[in-house]
Amino acid sequence: MIELENVAYSYGGEALLTDMSLSLPAGSFHFLTGPSGAGKTTFLKLCYGALRPTSGALRLFGEDLAAFDRDAVALARRRIGVVHQDCQFLDHLPVIENIALPLSVSGLAAQDQEDNLQELLNWVGLTGRANALPPELSGGERQRAALARALILSPDIILADEPTGNVDWEMSQRLLRLLVELNKMGKTVMIATHDLALIRAAKAQVQARVLRISDGSIQAAGADL
Amino acid sequence: MKAWLDMMRAVLTRDAGADRVVPPAGFTVWLTVFTSGAMAFLTVFALALSLASGRLAESWDNELARSATLRISAPAGQMAEQTAAALKVLEQTPGVASARALSDAEQQALLEPWFGPDLPIDSLPVPQLIEVIETEDGYDSEGLRLRLQAEVPGAVLDEHTRWRRPLIAAAAKLRALGWVSILLIGAATGAMVTLAANAALAANSRVIAVLRLVGATDSYIASAFVRRFTLRTLIGAAGGTLLGLIAVLLMPGAGDAGAFLTGLRFQGLHWIFPFFVPPLAALVAFLATGYAARRVLERLD
Repeated sequence: MIELENVAYSYGGEALLTDMSLSLPAGSFHFLTGPSGAGKTTFLKLCYGALRPTSGALRLFGEDLAAFDRDAVALARRRIGVVHQDCQFLDHLPVIENIALPLSVSGLAAQDQEDNLQELLNWVGLTGRANALPPELSGGERQRAALARALILSPDIILADEPTGNVDWEMSQRLLRLLVELNKMGKTVMIATHDLALIRAAKAQVQARVLRISDGSIQAAGADL
Repeated sequence: MKAWLDMMRAVLTRDAGADRVVPPAGFTVWLTVFTSGAMAFLTVFALALSLASGRLAESWDNELARSATLRISAPAGQMAEQTAAALKVLEQTPGVASARALSDAEQQALLEPWFGPDLPIDSLPVPQLIEVIETEDGYDSEGLRLRLQAEVPGAVLDEHTRWRRPLIAAAAKLRALGWVSILLIGAATGAMVTLAANAALAANSRVIAVLRLVGATDSYIASAFVRRFTLRTLIGAAGGTLLGLIAVLLMPGAGDAGAFLTGLRFQGLHWIFPFFVPPLAALVAFLATGYAARRVLERLD
């Protein structure tokens, strides 16, 4: 699904990530951990084409990202569901329209997907909040809405950046269960988090590989996780 | 080219979802509508002025072309004799196609605007006028003057060309100025819409980031802005054109007493021209916003 070969990324002359080689096969479950500022978000952005490697090769769905123009990146992104810590909604649109946004940009009419939308809302427990505006939602509701939006096009890969950063333990367990459930449906999942308790809880439910970014490089985390 | 065609298709095909992704509020709404309205209003005036100048130049050119007037001032007893002598000189002058003395009725009609219809022309020392029509090659005016001076002492040759040419040139320049004004107004509209679109795009960088996150192509994002600005410009320009047309209608027409030259109203098929202003303004807005959107999207990449 995503392959990195000696990928490095620099910004303003400063090397943020160096010599990263990694493969995310279909159906795998990865955690990406490391201290704040280590480059977890940058790594995820590379994975969904928001940033391009300074050197090395990154392949998305078997194609070299270097050969992608902006439209090709946009099309690839429709196969990658992204959940950000700050969710990134259009605050003037109700939750249901925010969730349906990927349908609109893909040229699919939301009306034709009404059943899917309702099913998804029900699955993330937001049926009663469909017409609320994003600022009216709690942290947990926002994260679930962001997850629903990431899933509406049934992507192959789900990348979540600190999805439990703004929610309580109970809600983070609920979100984790949803992500584990998706992985069992065959989706590739990668979660960037520094929440070690979440990782431990996940490892009890799913076979997850834990990666750690430190000093600009990536390696498998220790056995204590 | 393909990107522009995609955007044109997206703008023409209404997508309720795409229409709603850009927040509706913002000063750029009124700025665009007002600017395009004001520019369309001015365009209608510039168009009216340009077309009127064109008519004026044409009318002066046609009506006064190759004609001159010979004015004979002489005591009543010598008037007929001097008129006959002048006509004889004119007949013999190469380059003169025809010459004829105006009748009393024609002279009275010329004086009517100043003295009214009941002027007793017979009892007034009004000079006799002779209308002279030139051939295409024209006559030697200096030679004719010298001969008239010798043979018809009371004759004064008044060539229209002397004052007609600068007037026609002025009218032609006025017409050109009108068209330059229209081009400048179009360019100013494009610049204003570009500025407004840039402001809207900058204010909505977060919206653009969200749309990119969910897989929107540049064409989709650009069309959401382009469609909005094109429609606003179309609406503003339609309003401005309507007001401009009303204002032009209130101007004196060619047949009105106040229309001393030609009248500023459109005439005949020229009434169709103002109706092209709103779609042309919308086209300018489409191109300007599309260009601005593409530049901003490239910069934000």
